[in-house]
Amino acid sequence: MNTEKKYKNLLEIYTVFFRMGAVCFGGGYAMLPLIERELVIKRGWTTKENIIDYYALGQCTPGVIAVNTSTFVGNEVAGVWGGIIGTLGFITPSIAVITLIAALLSNFAHIEMVQRAFSGIRICVCVLIIDATLKLWKNAVKDRLGLVIFILTIVTACFVKISPVFYILFAGIVGFAAGKVGYIK
Amino acid sequence: MTLFFLFLEFFQTGLFAVGGGLATLPFLYKMAEDHPDWLDASQIMDMLAVSESTPGAIGVNMSTYVGYETAGVLGAVIGTFGLVLPSVVIVLAVAKVLNAVKENKNVQNVFFCIRPASMALIASAGLTVMKNAFLATENGFSVKWLSVLFGVILFVLMRKTKKHPVLYIAIAAVAGCVIGF
Repeated sequence: MNTEKKYKNLLEIYTVFFRMGAVCFGGGYAMLPLIERELVIKRGWTTKENIIDYYALGQCTPGVIAVNTSTFVGNEVAGVWGGIIGTLGFITPSIAVITLIAALLSNFAHIEMVQRAFSGIRICVCVLIIDATLKLWKNAVKDRLGLVIFILTIVTACFVKISPVFYILFAGIVGFAAGKVGYIK
Repeated sequence: MTLFFLFLEFFQTGLFAVGGGLATLPFLYKMAEDHPDWLDASQIMDMLAVSESTPGAIGVNMSTYVGYETAGVLGAVIGTFGLVLPSVVIVLAVAKVLNAVKENKNVQNVFFCIRPASMALIASAGLTVMKNAFLATENGFSVKWLSVLFGVILFVLMRKTKKHPVLYIAIAAVAGCVIGF
């Protein structure tokens, strides 16, 4: 790839992640509908399966989930620099917005209109996550074994607070064993 | 010198806080204890409220906020970079390994079973958000029916019109201002 095209590419990655960072209310999981829309459907930069994998790994590697996901996707699109630039793009709006609020509006979260607006946004983020989960469902759960793992994980996760790492590790071991006994072809 | 220590503290947080933004909270409380001149533990809940009601990753917003309170704009930037740096390095390394082994049959089987678990973790996070949005917990449990109704309307609207998520967020913000859920 020639250099000019590469730079253009990185600039586009920065812009796309910047835009996602600017509208991503509610943290890492709320980023999912944005990634699905902007990166899978609109640009074809990654696949639904890859995103689910990145979320699995992003919860097991240290750091903020949204940042880990940004690095993974950026890296898939344009290598190491893509990962770095994508992450920088995603965090730039945060730095700008929070710095402004910290400097000028330290009572931001207590302003009545902000609280009211956020009471609506919270419902929307919730619906967006449900919608994204339904859209990704058939890319993640493909047979009865998958369904069993899904149900076991969600029921356990609702009642016991243990690190996501253990669920991912457990599921991975099941997958390895299922392959060895010839369950998965 | 403060900037250097700020970077170091957040680098540590980024390196050891596994499981997303809220996992950084215990590290911030520790920071308030070790560096009372940087921030006060009582500020942390306020910072969290701001971080949750502004766009971006909650952990990133928190580190920017603490960094700014400690050392101004430069502190905000340095703190956030410190938090993000370990993640970026580790993820790039993991991605490199993953790329090298992804054709391997065993690895594919492992991921075949990891995906449903990953999906379940996302769904359970969705359930937590649902609980906060649709249930009032002040005096025992009660369902906030107005919120549920609005949620259903948003969902149908989303499925029918298929526009960018930000449009629905804007609609919800306006509805929240007018109605107040």
